[in-house]
Amino acid sequence: MLELVKIGRRYPGVVALDGVDFALAPGEVVGLIGENGAGKSTLMKILGGIIPPSEGTIRLDGVAHAALDVTQATRAGIAFVHQELEVFDNLDVAANVFIGREPCGFGPLRLVRTRELERRVQPLLERLGADFGPRTPVAELSIAQRQMVEIAKALSIDARVIIMDEPTSSLTLAETDRLLRIIAELKASGVAVIYISHRLAEVKQCADRVVCLRDGRVAGELARAAIDHAAMIRLMIGRDLRSLYIPPRVPPHAEGCVIRNLVPAAMPEAEVSLTIRKGEIMGLAGLVGAGRTSLARALFGVDPPRGGTIALHGTPVHIRSPREAIAHGLYLVPEDRKREGLVLDLPLTQNVTLPNLRAFARRLLVDPHAEAACFARERARLGIRAADGSVPAVTLSGGNQQKVVLAKWLSMQPRMIIFDEPTRGIDVGAKEEIYRLMRDLADAGVTILMISSDMEEVLGVSDRIAVMHAGRITGVLERPDFSELNVLRLAIGAAAEVA
Amino acid sequence: MAKKELGLLGLLLAVGAITGVLNPRFLSAVNLLDMANLIGLFGIFSIGEGIVIITGGIDLSVGSMFAFLGVIFIDLLTNHSVPWPAAILLTVGAGIVLGVLQGVLVTRAKLQPFVVTLCGLLIYRGAARYYTEDATMGFGYGDDYDWVGWLASGRSWGIPHSFILLVVVALAMWVVLHRSVFGRYLFAIGKNEEAARFAGIRTNAVVAGAYVISGGLAGLATVLLVFYTNSVSPSSFGNFYELYAIAAAVLGGCSLRGGEGSILGIVLGTALLQVLQNLVNILGIPSSLNFAVMGTVILVGALADRVLQQRRARAVAHAGTPELRAGTAQVGETR
Repeated sequence: MLELVKIGRRYPGVVALDGVDFALAPGEVVGLIGENGAGKSTLMKILGGIIPPSEGTIRLDGVAHAALDVTQATRAGIAFVHQELEVFDNLDVAANVFIGREPCGFGPLRLVRTRELERRVQPLLERLGADFGPRTPVAELSIAQRQMVEIAKALSIDARVIIMDEPTSSLTLAETDRLLRIIAELKASGVAVIYISHRLAEVKQCADRVVCLRDGRVAGELARAAIDHAAMIRLMIGRDLRSLYIPPRVPPHAEGCVIRNLVPAAMPEAEVSLTIRKGEIMGLAGLVGAGRTSLARALFGVDPPRGGTIALHGTPVHIRSPREAIAHGLYLVPEDRKREGLVLDLPLTQNVTLPNLRAFARRLLVDPHAEAACFARERARLGIRAADGSVPAVTLSGGNQQKVVLAKWLSMQPRMIIFDEPTRGIDVGAKEEIYRLMRDLADAGVTILMISSDMEEVLGVSDRIAVMHAGRITGVLERPDFSELNVLRLAIGAAAEVA
Repeated sequence: MAKKELGLLGLLLAVGAITGVLNPRFLSAVNLLDMANLIGLFGIFSIGEGIVIITGGIDLSVGSMFAFLGVIFIDLLTNHSVPWPAAILLTVGAGIVLGVLQGVLVTRAKLQPFVVTLCGLLIYRGAARYYTEDATMGFGYGDDYDWVGWLASGRSWGIPHSFILLVVVALAMWVVLHRSVFGRYLFAIGKNEEAARFAGIRTNAVVAGAYVISGGLAGLATVLLVFYTNSVSPSSFGNFYELYAIAAAVLGGCSLRGGEGSILGIVLGTALLQVLQNLVNILGIPSSLNFAVMGTVILVGALADRVLQQRRARAVAHAGTPELRAGTAQVGETR
């Protein structure tokens, strides 16, 4: 049905894609994997007609094209479900599904025929098993439900190929399961799905075939029977992933951070008690909505806690704002790097010195030389790959952006650092560098709390794992007890029921 | 000097040269110094406006502040016999108080800057008119105020004092905006307030500070404006001046989305606006077209800027270093 032959895409000095062959049959689910920058997005943009290839042919139902444009791609039934959902949350479901293609009456006003709109959207929602109707405002929907709206939109143009780019990155386990079921149904009705994901377990679960890109080339394909974790990782990085765990050089000692009955403002029903040792990496696992980020925001003073106490390295601290947290040496590497971690349009140097600007100022006037020296130091220490400190942060890749966020805090005196999803959207190489940095910090006596939804990361990086469920810590696991099963049991609150 | 300011300076010189060719009187010392006086008057409060705009806000209230503070100033001098230095301090102080009020409403009550300052615009104007019963206030025939009048609207070595004051204010605010910690915070907040808060910056205090600066500079400008016109008719004094200030700031490179702008740009923007006004007079264009000329030039400027920006973005896309290119290509892929 669809075949890409020897597709290449060049930019001056960079080959984004080089001789990529990719074929898709009706009703086939293909997992597309690869590190960030491997060329997955570029390939999909070529398929969607957003950019033309530099070379190669696109064969669509036997007809060869040098390039597609967006209209051709849409008419051929190629639809995207975007990584960052592109829904209008000020409109209702039906309006979103038919946005730009509203059934409308004749005459100069072209009034939208609301009833017909709903009549056409309703069956699509039923087919997906949606638990909401066409007139529901999108603002009231969860992220998973919004994703269904996007899938309904794809079905409404009779999509034959649906491209899903990291569709589960913000979904809970149950929602992920439902999405995988929907994919199975789509497959059964002859729709092909290209499933791009870093979550190999899901790829394994749903894909008929896995295609792995590496450095703009096809690194390899795996047939259904050959799909397993180790094989996929081998293809992605071209080598076996070493065990993520780096044992501490200095055994953790003394109480680093003691949290007693803390009630986060964003989650008044929660109450958290947890002791993190100085010099250890405490993993914090749990399902989305368990209250992990609320806890991080309470500790960092973004939403000051309603009750409870925090002691840091032996002294009680009262934190009412990020400013006070920073003054106590408690830092946060936030989940939403682009919104909360960086000022994307500011130069790297200014991002790094922002929380501690007064240290680079004499009589309140900023000294650019001191700033530049600080950036040069942190760039060398963290291996930030950037031409120089004057480029805006927005031009860096995810991994390098995260290192800039880290550089902000490392240039000061950390006592405790909270990492919220530290490696989300970051490629494997940069991930390992960040894990090593976390371990170096812990060895230097910093207390580390690492929130993560990535099971491999939680199990691989932590010295101990605390698991949250419904606003409470349901258990703390020691390394010998580490297993996916144990973490999951605590995360769904099963252990609490047993006990 | 950044490209934007160079372009603006070029435009200013080009408009000046063309006008000078069409009517040499434009370049006469008398005319140039008259313009310098107006640039001084408008430049001072436009700088305040620009600083508010850099935080991503807007201050619509300055024009009405002139009426309100002008009434207070003349009242203090003529009816309450307050010594003029104290009267000036009180007027600037009142401007600062209004700035604090608006700043608190924007940052603490989380009202939108447009709404807060629009209400300010209505309230201050109304208060000034009510207090004076819509009567024009002036200094009468006494010459008690010659000295302060000379200070505010006179000239030294031929240069209008308002222009000298603008140079002083601009230099001071240049240091504040482009060299100080506070200035850096303003830009960071304008671009991403959330990230600034996560970096431990007291964002509320910084944003409120911008409104305080705007109020204070409006108070200072009031004193100059009062002596420029020698009287205050509360229903029309300072009408639309907030729009001149916004226009100057935007023309000078401040983005209404926040995080962009410079003192030099704002001053050049003010100068260009005044040159345009002068040009309308001196070339015999009907003065009713005054606003239309200004609007057209701002529109053309904004369009030209947009075109240049796109061309630059394209040039970067073609010539960027491989390292950065790879980074840019990944932006869409990372979360």
